[in-house]
Amino acid sequence: MNSKLKQIQKQIVESQIWKSIFRHGMPDDTRTRAMVVLSNVFLHLHPVKSREAGIRVGYTWCMGGITFFLFLVEAVTGILLMFYYRPTAEYAYSDIIALREHVPLGIMRELHRWGAHAMVIAVWLHMFRVFMTGSYKPPREFNWGIGVVLLVLTLLLSFTGYLLPWDQLAIWAIAVGSNMARATPFLGHEGPGASLLKIGDMNLVHAGDDARFGLLAGRMISEATLLRFYVLHCIFIPFVASILMAIHFWRVRKDGGISGPM
Amino acid sequence: MEALRHTINAFATPTTIYLSSVALFAIAMWKMEIVVKPLVMIPVVIVTVLGTIFALTDDHFFKLVTLPDNIPITIMLATVGYFTWYALKKGVENDKRLSENRPLIEQEQDRRVMTWPNLVYIEFICLIAITVFLIFWSIGFQAPLEEPANPTVTPNPAKAPWYFLGLQEMLVYFDPWLAGVVFPGLIVVGLMALPYIDPNPKGNGYYSFKDRRLVIGYYLFGFLIQWVLLIVLGTFMRGPGWSFFGPFQEWDPHKVEALTNINLSELLWVKLLNIGLPKNILLREGVGIVVVLGYLVALPPLLAKTIFKKLYQELSFIRFQIMCFLFLAMLSLPIKMILRWTINLKYIVAIPEFFFNI
Repeated sequence: MNSKLKQIQKQIVESQIWKSIFRHGMPDDTRTRAMVVLSNVFLHLHPVKSREAGIRVGYTWCMGGITFFLFLVEAVTGILLMFYYRPTAEYAYSDIIALREHVPLGIMRELHRWGAHAMVIAVWLHMFRVFMTGSYKPPREFNWGIGVVLLVLTLLLSFTGYLLPWDQLAIWAIAVGSNMARATPFLGHEGPGASLLKIGDMNLVHAGDDARFGLLAGRMISEATLLRFYVLHCIFIPFVASILMAIHFWRVRKDGGISGPM
Repeated sequence: MEALRHTINAFATPTTIYLSSVALFAIAMWKMEIVVKPLVMIPVVIVTVLGTIFALTDDHFFKLVTLPDNIPITIMLATVGYFTWYALKKGVENDKRLSENRPLIEQEQDRRVMTWPNLVYIEFICLIAITVFLIFWSIGFQAPLEEPANPTVTPNPAKAPWYFLGLQEMLVYFDPWLAGVVFPGLIVVGLMALPYIDPNPKGNGYYSFKDRRLVIGYYLFGFLIQWVLLIVLGTFMRGPGWSFFGPFQEWDPHKVEALTNINLSELLWVKLLNIGLPKNILLREGVGIVVVLGYLVALPPLLAKTIFKKLYQELSFIRFQIMCFLFLAMLSLPIKMILRWTINLKYIVAIPEFFFNI
């Protein structure tokens, strides 16, 4: 019986299909373990060998990895939510209600929302760890800068997503946040310096064209804002963040891998 | 119990909470070797846990803390608290090893090991743990959904998402152009500038404290006091009309706070000189403008000659100016807070005609 199973296993592993997918045997010796990392597109983010002290949870807290994983969780749950959500003033709220009422034991929206909060916390902690180990110091200055931009993008992702349920919590939180934009120096109609920008008697910066108008696609939060935030949330910011993440991970490798004492 | 709650409510004001936090922070930075010891930390943890249990017996506090969107704040406080202690403990341990000429924690395992399985398995286990955690969190707490959006009904208080509440709390002391635009911008720029204005080559790639005390103090003050503490104040203690309430105080929408705040120009021309505000804006706000310019322009060279003498020699002129500007910008919040609490100062420069209030 046992030898029969072995035979089947052997046949599968030596079949053309299997060999076309996995170009190495079971990773149980140093050679194949190196091959796994080298021949897998996801694993090849890593070097074949890593510094033992560097990979310990006690050193990295695994926070960068957790942040990236939470980004993937957000992407997957977000795509699933997009099947059921229409970003219009007429349907947005009722689609969320439908998700809640019609899906037995549904937790997709919960996973998405709590995952987002967790990602914000994980980014802070990752940054804190990198700071405390002095890993922003040469030669990693540039990658620290990329990381700061990714932190801002994480907050913006969370912020733009906050509007989408289109309930009182959503629009008023966004109202409070976006009200700041009207005070942008020179670019907001209630910002310092804006009244200096004029041709004759005509103000160049007013409520109908200032920074807040650009953010909200109107003088106040409306359906146009919902669409704008939806596109920012689902396409624009994830797109930019993905590119920056690629650079971030690439530079981790190029700058010498996980940091350690010189 | 009731009496204790009243005492805490009476004691809790932005002033006392902020100042006592800063005092604790200063003590920790000063005596870090002692503070991180388990003998100190275990009682702190016990007191925190008992205090939290006691606080949760209060209906108002319980409701606030268990709001679904406030759960992340509790998780954030627990994790940030734990990891701050953990990182500093390791830093202190490494300091000790350095002074005794022993290898660092990170130097003990100097080998290079195969990424598969050593690193990949760690990542995989973390990933499973986070997934399980998220699933339990999602089953336990439903994502919030309130009434449909209605632009004509303003909730009171209207609050931004929790991670921006530090900025919203800053609005008490600064106008939106500073609290909502300039300061967030400076936080981002300042963080990005950090590697270029920290000339210290020590502590690269391992936990440390003593060799980097200044920059760690700078970062932790910004993170723990100016960001995390203000989030806590803004979330749990700001009620209707952004009035301040103790942790166990019902949010009374009719609470009225007397507006006694006064601008520097009024203080000078009306109260002190008793001749009324001048018509000319520059004359009216002249003193305030001089104060602000003096703070931002005259102070850096002064600092370069005195307490930052060594730093000035290590950084070039431009880097030192940038470092000083960011440092002074960060310090402007506690300064403005103290001026508000002591002399009810509203604006140092008040030119509402151009929305230019500082």
